[in-house]
Amino acid sequence: MSCGPWQDTGCQAQIKANEGIFPTSNEKAGTMTTAEPTIEQETRSEDELDVPWQVVVHNDPVNLMSYVTMVFQRVFGYPREKAERHMLEVHQKGRSILWSGMRERAELYVQQLHGYLLLATLEKTC
Amino acid sequence: MEIRRRNDHIEISELDPFLAELLRQIPASANPDGVQAAEQRLFSPPSNGKQTELCAEWRIYVEPELRRLFQTATETVAADLQQLNGNEKSFANRTLRIPAKHADEWLSALNQARLVIAAKNNFTENELNDHFRSPIGSRRDLSLFQVNFYGFLQESILRELES
Repeated sequence: MSCGPWQDTGCQAQIKANEGIFPTSNEKAGTMTTAEPTIEQETRSEDELDVPWQVVVHNDPVNLMSYVTMVFQRVFGYPREKAERHMLEVHQKGRSILWSGMRERAELYVQQLHGYLLLATLEKTC
Repeated sequence: MEIRRRNDHIEISELDPFLAELLRQIPASANPDGVQAAEQRLFSPPSNGKQTELCAEWRIYVEPELRRLFQTATETVAADLQQLNGNEKSFANRTLRIPAKHADEWLSALNQARLVIAAKNNFTENELNDHFRSPIGSRRDLSLFQVNFYGFLQESILRELES
């Protein structure tokens, strides 16, 4: 799955050297100058910034509690107690944040959870 | 009906014809085709609607993978269920042996079937949690029994995997 350039962080000031190590046409006049480097300000929209993303699992009346616990253990490697705590939070509060961090990994987790037929979404923290 | 682990198999024995028929129904029951609610439940969106680009990419790249994954599981279960299609007398109790390595496919197929049946019948949470419902008297009752029976099998398989 290709989901765009989310690995990069924030705004970047990129210095373009303009192949500047080579002499310019002023050489003919006896002086040798190099072109000034161009500074390009690359801006990115808020969507592209790698702010933390949350993996949220929502309540579902069909999925069994024991099954959901097993899925949390398998997907996130959580110990049984932690997996059960999250499962109960889903059951009682309707949702639980299972993980937060980089978008690509969060997407992978959501994909895995969907593979187990859980209702899971990806949400931006801010 | 009895479920136990025997070496590298999970054995479901003393299956009466009715329960054997419900087992045979798993692959067909897991098919969401033609029912939008069931399709939407199996292939739910990855975001709460704000991330339209993500949802669009998801449909292109992830959904086909999920379809393959679910289909592989139901095909594996269908192949295991061939054991129930022998020439034994139709009223005789049967035994089904599920290879332990197929346990994940069974868990998936049972879950698919439960979700699809629940979506098709629009079962409420109260109905799904009513495990002391009166005897089967309608098609809807039968579907609810099916959901509960498959849930019981899921629980049993999970227990056998943990033990």
